[in-house]
Amino acid sequence: MTKRAMTWLMLALALVFAGGMQVSSLSAQEPLRLEIDRGIVEPMPVAVPAFVAETPGAEQFAEDISRVVAEDLVGTGLFREIPRDAHISRVSAFASPVQFADWKAINAQALVTGAVSTDGAGRVVVKFRAWDVFAERELGEGMQFAATSEGWRRLAHKVADQVYRRLTGESPYFDSRVVFVSEVGPKDDRQKRLAIMDYDGANVQYLTDSASIVLAPRFSPNGNQVLYTSYQTGFPRIHILDVGAVQSRILQANEGTMSFAPRFSPDGSRVVYSMTQGSNTDIWAMDVASGATRRLTSTPAIETAPSFSPDGSQIVFESDRSGSQQLYVMPAMGGDAQRISFGEGRYGTPVWSPRGDRIAFTKQNQGRFHIGVMNTNGSEERLLTASFLDEGPTWAPNGRVIMFTRETQGAQGASALYSVDISGRNLRRVRTPAGASDPSWGPLQ
Amino acid sequence: MQHLPKALMLVAALAVAGCTNPNRFGAGADGAGGAGMGANNGVTSGVLPGSVDDPTSTAYFNQRVGDRVLFAVDQSSLSAEGRAILDGQAQWLTTNSDYMAVIEGHADEQGTREYNLALGARRANAVMEYLVSRGISQSRLKFVSYGKERPLEVCSTEACYSKNRRAVTVIAAGSLMG
Repeated sequence: MTKRAMTWLMLALALVFAGGMQVSSLSAQEPLRLEIDRGIVEPMPVAVPAFVAETPGAEQFAEDISRVVAEDLVGTGLFREIPRDAHISRVSAFASPVQFADWKAINAQALVTGAVSTDGAGRVVVKFRAWDVFAERELGEGMQFAATSEGWRRLAHKVADQVYRRLTGESPYFDSRVVFVSEVGPKDDRQKRLAIMDYDGANVQYLTDSASIVLAPRFSPNGNQVLYTSYQTGFPRIHILDVGAVQSRILQANEGTMSFAPRFSPDGSRVVYSMTQGSNTDIWAMDVASGATRRLTSTPAIETAPSFSPDGSQIVFESDRSGSQQLYVMPAMGGDAQRISFGEGRYGTPVWSPRGDRIAFTKQNQGRFHIGVMNTNGSEERLLTASFLDEGPTWAPNGRVIMFTRETQGAQGASALYSVDISGRNLRRVRTPAGASDPSWGPLQ
Repeated sequence: MQHLPKALMLVAALAVAGCTNPNRFGAGADGAGGAGMGANNGVTSGVLPGSVDDPTSTAYFNQRVGDRVLFAVDQSSLSAEGRAILDGQAQWLTTNSDYMAVIEGHADEQGTREYNLALGARRANAVMEYLVSRGISQSRLKFVSYGKERPLEVCSTEACYSKNRRAVTVIAAGSLMG
């Protein structure tokens, strides 16, 4: 026996013991379930053996899809992948019985098996099954997804979404996209252009050139349109872009004003935004179909960054009417606003969670910036990050993860996208081809 | 303090030129527009039209009059130095009545993007209102804010921030688009 094999055997034995202890705490009837709310300290070990290629030519897809499924799961911070060279069992056929003892031996609590085939028309078909190893039973039912070969990553995200849903009981977020601002060049000559990508940074596509400044894109609820602010006319104006056709038009253009900070209502029929007239910036709403506008705030303060509650009944926004930037909630048609932020420092860029239970925000205090979350009445404020400059949170479709912009300081300062879960764990840099800012996370596709 | 040397330079330039062109400190400016370029004025015949020594040039406006005012952290109120600069701008715009101006407001990087856009607008608007109060027609002026998108200085200390918190009066010929 080689030294390496010996090491693995000892490790496997140790894991069998550890695994056995965990099994005893699980009743056989209780499904394998990871409770995200409890704050995951120890990620759940999962095994994702290479999917089986069922047709010639499917080998690369089988390898790549299973790799992305594992990356999706591990990227949540909730799961740990058991390396493939530790696997004892080899899955050579999708229909073969699972050798549970082999997976228990390496302490795989969950197992994902799959198979990939291709047809002559360039379509890729993936099927998968998820297993609760220690209960020796399948989690849910096997499923199958098909796409053109260019869409193979989406197939992987679909599979990972299903596995995530079955293991956590939560709605997933892997098959989603992010629209953001791609940045190149030094701080005093920054070139910005709108771009869209998969949630994990793959498949970047540019939506505008960098001839004029673009800021803060926001997805429509169905992901088909993007609102953003552009200086194309020389003045900040809200544009609306059709993602499929990559065509945009100016949505709001009152002469002598600036408009920015747009965001859709949950039903997509209205847009709330800021308009600056003279020194005053107020929040307005526009009916997208008719173009009719309505003013929602009227103090002389700066009022901006409006965001609807998911039921469309309320709007959270920031105002410096008290003398510094703070968060307020008002009815969706305007009216009395209640201040909800009372901690030290300044609060801006509030975004209502898709679950409706929390508000994410940027906090600025004593020269540091934080991304935080609070209940919608301002209670239970929790700061998730701290840096020289963190800002602009956006929620994953399931309300469990937040993506934001982090800019480093100094002459070489550059911005990048990061994600963090709402317990403050699993801070990760999102892979982008260049600098990046102002992410907006779209819906689950 | 940043502006005193510029003011001194301006006085010096006017003294050397010895002409009756825009004089932000007193009388004698009215009706003298364009004299600096006139061939009938021997004193200024060496001045290259459009150069910084040509009082009707935008280069003169930018460098001798001073095209920008600076602001304190989070503030949009004009300092005494700022008002002195703007008095000079108003005088220049009065004399050079063919020009329009776009006032560009800026913020430093310590702030969220959208708030800084609105803050830059407050600063630019403060400049615009001041120029209007000094007799410049509002129809010749526009303002725009770049928030923290266009810093001049790139360090992350107050030395740079203080120069980035600015409103810049950009002179343009003809009508303003927007």
